[in-house]
Amino acid sequence: MKAWLDRFYQQESRRVLATLIRLLGDFDLAEEALHEAFAAAMKQWPEEGIPTNPRAWLVSAGRFRAIDQIRRRARHDAVLAQLAEQLAVTASDEPPEPIEDDRLRLIFTCCHPALSTDAQLALTLREVCGLTTEEVARAFLTKPATLAQRIVRAKAKIRDAGIPYEVPETSALAPRLQAVLHTIYLMFNEGYSALSGDQLLRRALADEAIRLARLLCELLPEPEAFGLLALMLLHDARREARIDSAGDLVPLEEQNRSRWHQDQIAEGRRIVLRLMYRRGYGAYTLQAAIAAVHAEAMRADDTDWKQIVGLYTVLQGIAPSPVVALNRAVAVAMAHGPAQGLALMEAIETSGELATYHLLYAAKADLLRRLERIEQARAAYERALALCEQEPERRFLRRRLATLPLSPT
Amino acid sequence: MNYLALVYYNEDIIRAMSQQEWDALNRECMACVEGLSASGHFVDGHALQATETATTVRLRDGKLTTTDGPFAETKEQLAGFYLLQARDLNEAIQLVGKIPPLRFGSVEVRPVRELQTEGNITGMVAGG
Repeated sequence: MKAWLDRFYQQESRRVLATLIRLLGDFDLAEEALHEAFAAAMKQWPEEGIPTNPRAWLVSAGRFRAIDQIRRRARHDAVLAQLAEQLAVTASDEPPEPIEDDRLRLIFTCCHPALSTDAQLALTLREVCGLTTEEVARAFLTKPATLAQRIVRAKAKIRDAGIPYEVPETSALAPRLQAVLHTIYLMFNEGYSALSGDQLLRRALADEAIRLARLLCELLPEPEAFGLLALMLLHDARREARIDSAGDLVPLEEQNRSRWHQDQIAEGRRIVLRLMYRRGYGAYTLQAAIAAVHAEAMRADDTDWKQIVGLYTVLQGIAPSPVVALNRAVAVAMAHGPAQGLALMEAIETSGELATYHLLYAAKADLLRRLERIEQARAAYERALALCEQEPERRFLRRRLATLPLSPT
Repeated sequence: MNYLALVYYNEDIIRAMSQQEWDALNRECMACVEGLSASGHFVDGHALQATETATTVRLRDGKLTTTDGPFAETKEQLAGFYLLQARDLNEAIQLVGKIPPLRFGSVEVRPVRELQTEGNITGMVAGG
């Protein structure tokens, strides 16, 4: 029974919390109510048996405990007393069954763009994913006190600025969904890209991001939600091949592809193929399609670079950015030769938009090396090194620099 | 809830406008106020004279001092305000989206706080 209850808590606590927040109109009150309801269940259920609808039971128990709590606090406060009576009245005529929309409301509220990105991430991991404050803090390499403070501030802003607990109406849905997807993708990258910190918790972040994207696809089946899910699956499939035993980054073309997770690749590809049949795909879907083309090549040499160039061209059309232009230039170099790629990179460099972006110089150095313009390659690698701050990437650049042949002069 | 929408823009952009452009922008703002009034969201609001007309007043040690200019030198200057009645922040953001200078400036949205004789919320979290 204890094990069953633990599992039940893991599966259901966020769903029950989401509904309690709607019913009680307050995050903290709802969290307290959730804990009290589960505590009551732990006591009552082993003796009296599990109720027919345990979720509804918990919501109902949580709500009445919260009302009692407010009544106790309200002895000297007319406003609170009124609130308690209001809640008691609605409690008697509303079905307590948690509804799926509440989980969507919770996601949209935690990812509200009026909250800072840090706050959105912390709140989403804490409230939607159910991580403890200590876990979230360790994952972000911050002190638990700092993180707790961040969450308290975010909740205060939700309350005081009147951020509503709702799924945005259709007219506002597209930009708000973008904000949610962005938060989920940041959460994933926080777990996937960083090489420092607690590895297990980093892993948990990537897993939570994928789980959250799945939930979002289920609750709000918008194409870009699926695009993001596919993108994360296709990247995550490479997680073990992208870092070597010394903890260094392994570039895509040098990865041992037999270590890629084929089940994730298969799922990601299925989603991408389904999305590509539709018209007007978004940026996440296109990035997923590019990742899928890489995943299809069993050897780096088999990569269909022409198709990747095509996908980057479409991506550049709908979401233009200098980073996308750089990636397109890399693909052009692979498809049509380093000279053509280099010409595109030099145009980006002239525009000055990526002047401090080390990957521009690293990519350029790579093409110069292949064109046997060794001295220029060396200068570009050195420029990249000077701009790069992440130690594993610096080690990678230094290795590349060391493999350059000595200049014939 | 009531929200105060503070409209900011870089006054240089206005100074660079022709008389026709400036008049057209003002007519747009008048239409915006009419629309917000018709839908019952407009409580109050005014455009302000440029920051050259600003005077900052302080009371220190019982002495009133005045200085020329706005409270702080910023890239964008306060140009006007709207007091809006909205259901919640989402509605306030939708309403603010109609304010014409938003195209080149920005609008800060702040919920209005009711003054109370006691138990006032600080709106700030302690220890930060």
